[in-house]
Amino acid sequence: MTDEAYNFAYLDEQTKAMIRRAILKGIAVPGYQVPFASREMPMPYGWGTGGVQVTAACLVPEDRLKVIDQGADDTTNAVSIRKFFARTAGVATTERTVEATMIQTRHRIPEVPMKAGQILVFQVPIPEPLRFLEPREAETRKMHELEEYGLMHVKLYEDIARHGQIATSYAYPVKVEGRYVMDPSPIPKFDNPKLSCSPAIQLFGAGREQRIYALPPWTKVESLDFDDHPFKATKAAHDCDLCAAGDSYLDEVIIDDQGGRMFVCSDTDFCAGRRAKGHKGRLWAPEPEAAE
Amino acid sequence: MIADALAGGFTEAPVQSARAFREVLEAMARPGTIRRVVGALPPAPVSVAAGVVLLTLCDGTTPLYLAGAADCAAMRDWVAFHIGAPLVTAEYAAFALGRWEDLNPITRFRVGQPDYPDRSATLIVEQDKLTNQGPALTGPGIETANWLNLPETAAFRANRALFPLGFDTIFTAGDQIAGLPRSTRVEAI
Ligand SMILES: [Zn+2]
Repeated sequence: MTDEAYNFAYLDEQTKAMIRRAILKGIAVPGYQVPFASREMPMPYGWGTGGVQVTAACLVPEDRLKVIDQGADDTTNAVSIRKFFARTAGVATTERTVEATMIQTRHRIPEVPMKAGQILVFQVPIPEPLRFLEPREAETRKMHELEEYGLMHVKLYEDIARHGQIATSYAYPVKVEGRYVMDPSPIPKFDNPKLSCSPAIQLFGAGREQRIYALPPWTKVESLDFDDHPFKATKAAHDCDLCAAGDSYLDEVIIDDQGGRMFVCSDTDFCAGRRAKGHKGRLWAPEPEAAE
Repeated sequence: MIADALAGGFTEAPVQSARAFREVLEAMARPGTIRRVVGALPPAPVSVAAGVVLLTLCDGTTPLYLAGAADCAAMRDWVAFHIGAPLVTAEYAAFALGRWEDLNPITRFRVGQPDYPDRSATLIVEQDKLTNQGPALTGPGIETANWLNLPETAAFRANRALFPLGFDTIFTAGDQIAGLPRSTRVEAI
């Protein structure tokens, strides 16, 4: 049941209509940042108010909502947002990616492939990928208009000159359908390939910066790279110590004060699902060799 | 007249507009797919679907152009009562409603500015029916190809050539909608 003190999904109808119009223009021009009049939400900016407003504008009572923060369903941020929509929109919630119809995320794309009928909403702190090159909004708009993306390539190439590789590992810039350069939000570059040709709708909301942008399903998204330094979706060279997955994005966790550490899936639902199916990682089974 | 104008809106706007928007979003995100919407009963000859789209997306901040038979006293009253959108000429419209022949010449509509391509019109084009037969559609939102009975192809191909500028289109017939954003490539027939 929804809390009667609120309008459905908290926002008033006129605000939702305004956000919905911005989302549709974003869908029509994939990767282009549509300005919108961000509203005060009952949570701090760092908690993804842009994503929350996009989610509020898209939710229907029949939805099943999942909220993740760096891959985890159980952080304070994720739990608060989930509770907020359970209370104001009366929607069911889930931690399981496969059951979710709407997923709001901060800094990850789930490991389980998205499917048609799902909407993935990204929380975005800095939507303008050119901002660190050019602080003036009028100038970055002009650069997008003229497809003046040379400076961006120069910056990436300086990385190569300095580090022997492109050092950017989060918020790695992408080009959408050969037109707009877009910030994919601070997801690890490991997740970048999942942005491209996804069967799901992907929406991006930046509250403080008041921008919404979108990727319709099956939209081509390429990570910027060079012929002699092709893009690589890197991760830690380990298997998950809990579920033994070799193909998931891992967090490094310190486990004692002797410098002991372990690598675990950042996607908690994915990891738990594998363990439930009997997959055992290095620190799960006492004798991992015997398990093989 | 006034009695008609009072009827036919959403009876439970927050939830009805939410469900309607989700269908519009899916329609625009998957160009050429046909979806159903419910909840509005605008005056004739405007379709249920066009009424739903107006109720969901328009308000006092969205200048609206009514074309042809949609520009009737009953519809103007209905818009004034349920939506409050200022009625304007085609050049100033954020939204436009009418049959294709009445919306022409479509070059009158706003296609956005090079630095703000979102400042463009959305056309709600009334048709007798929607079917997945017609020119092939490809581009963002489409895995291989979709097909839709467009009223013509040349205008939509010309609109695509303006990308990232261009108008966006929602086709309506009865309670059905289909989307054709400016990003869609339309086969020449
Ligand atoms: Zn794991």
